[in-house]
Amino acid sequence: MSIDEKVAGKFGQFGGRFVPEALIGALDELERTHAEAMVDPIFLSELAHLNATYVGRPSILTEAKNFAKHCGGAQILLKREDLNHTGSHKINNVIGQALLTKRMGKKRLIAETGAGQHGVATATAAALMGFECVVYMGEEDVRRQALNVARMKLLGAEVIPVTSGSRTLKDAINEAMRDWVTNVADTHYLLGTVAGPHPFPTIVRDFHSVIGNEAREQVLALNGKLPDAVLACIGGGSNAMGIFNRFIDDAGVRLIGLEAGGDGIETGRHASTISGGSIGVLHGTRTFVLQDENGQTIESHSISAGLDYPGVGPEHAYLHETGRAEYRSVTDAQAMEAFALLSREEGIIPAIETAHALYGAMVLGKEIGPDATILINLSGRGDKDVETAAKWFGIEI
Amino acid sequence: MSKLSQLFVQCKNENRAALIGYLPAGFPTQEGSINILKAMIKGGVDAVEIGFPYSDPVMDGPVIQEAAELARQNGITMAKTLEIVKEISATGTPTLLMTYWNPIERYGIEKFAKDFSTNGMEGVITPDLTLEEALPWLAAAETNSIHPIFVVAPSTGDERLKVVTSNCSGFIYAASSMGVTGTQSNVANTASVLVERIRKISDTPVAVGLGVSNRTQASEVAKFADGVIVGSAFVKAVLQNPQDPTAAVTKVAQELALGVRER
Repeated sequence: MSIDEKVAGKFGQFGGRFVPEALIGALDELERTHAEAMVDPIFLSELAHLNATYVGRPSILTEAKNFAKHCGGAQILLKREDLNHTGSHKINNVIGQALLTKRMGKKRLIAETGAGQHGVATATAAALMGFECVVYMGEEDVRRQALNVARMKLLGAEVIPVTSGSRTLKDAINEAMRDWVTNVADTHYLLGTVAGPHPFPTIVRDFHSVIGNEAREQVLALNGKLPDAVLACIGGGSNAMGIFNRFIDDAGVRLIGLEAGGDGIETGRHASTISGGSIGVLHGTRTFVLQDENGQTIESHSISAGLDYPGVGPEHAYLHETGRAEYRSVTDAQAMEAFALLSREEGIIPAIETAHALYGAMVLGKEIGPDATILINLSGRGDKDVETAAKWFGIEI
Repeated sequence: MSKLSQLFVQCKNENRAALIGYLPAGFPTQEGSINILKAMIKGGVDAVEIGFPYSDPVMDGPVIQEAAELARQNGITMAKTLEIVKEISATGTPTLLMTYWNPIERYGIEKFAKDFSTNGMEGVITPDLTLEEALPWLAAAETNSIHPIFVVAPSTGDERLKVVTSNCSGFIYAASSMGVTGTQSNVANTASVLVERIRKISDTPVAVGLGVSNRTQASEVAKFADGVIVGSAFVKAVLQNPQDPTAAVTKVAQELALGVRER
């Protein structure tokens, strides 16, 4: 008997499925449910209704004229995903997948979280729709994101600290996968980024595409033309795929992803998977990963818990390989510089994740000059990072 | 015919199941893992499955995670795993490797198949390699006469079960339950249903793994399966008896060996 040659969920050589056989049935069911839902007017109107009345969409576009001075005078437009309910773009995907969970008749949601934003969003949707919710979070992240841990608990979720491996996001994903293998009959794994086995990269991208759809309209309405470049930070890459997706066919628009450079790629202590990694398989998908010569995952390093991941979504790997998108690296220190500047110049405290994209704009603006328009996905707000930032800048709290 | 296939013929003639023992390579040390594998064989393990310790083992429960992590801390590599394979296969015991996919891909699929098969490895269990992604591996395995062994689960649908099992050789790895490696209480019921489904579509021997840890369970599984795979129970014996792990492992193997003969 031959193997079906048609492999779904591939982005060129990237993506696919590398998972225990026990999960294939659930992934197939999810793929089917998603495909049906996305052409079902009732599902789409329910999603649109929640986006409008619960998430707070459309999110606004803010022109950052003061911050622009630090970006070579280029026009800087911020897509304000930080103003969504729960404080980041993560809620877009969570609401979509929670509705899919309802459609599949499952009662229990599990999720991984790094910075805690995805965990909070999942706990929120679970509270709204009446699901049991368990969030896996690396012990190290539980420590550095205590505020979000408390939020999840207040929302009724159980937070399980993961003590295996590097005790960060990658290990939280491992633990969530183990839970899913065991409880797949009644549980949906609400994966929070455009990584993981097919169909997750596609589903998560689709539910975040609303960001780029709105932003493209908003920029056109404001300027009468498309932006010169669209920037977003990249951990797994969900906010970036969300804003890139609608612009992929606009050949004149540069798409630039900013990876976490940690102490600098040359130090080996970073999370720049595309800039400093190699092709491999991690968490069910073929993509760029940080790995050693034995195929062991290397721990990533970043001041930003949300970008501290040694893999990246397979579609980003593909956009990199085809040259459609560019990927650059921003160090901790550079990101914190942009974090401070946006706070002081615009009165907007960004998430440290997002600050990587902001620094990218400071560099790019100087490259392409004052006539250019740069659209940045302001993926999250910085409340959760106040402690980290205070420590960085020596502010006593 | 491979030693592994000969083993299943022999077991059939003896009206018993084969006992397959798992241990992570380099656990607790390079030398220690070789001694422990030999102690398992001495106690009655018929074939060994050497696991390559990987940083992100999503199919493994806490016991094997701990062991694999210890082996990684002690510097296990693919090259050192190859040495263990060479030494254990030299005893004449059928020797298999269990590894997550990325280390094979990183080593080089062709090179892995060639290096390991020429050193006596007869089969590879790939718990996270789906058939859709397996074409290059199946080609390399065939060229180098390696048994490709895939894992099927109770949730595997009928159509898929046919395709996956038809691409296994040596044996089919039937996961006893939905879950990860480790001790489980109620193994036999779900496993027997799955094995029965496989029997209807395949003549390849079926071995049951995940959760089998004692003589009683081994005996229950041996009533319907051709092989019984035990991992965590051996690892536990090593962890709990740091003074004399080999004696402890031999004892566990002896008990299990009695179990697979009680049909």
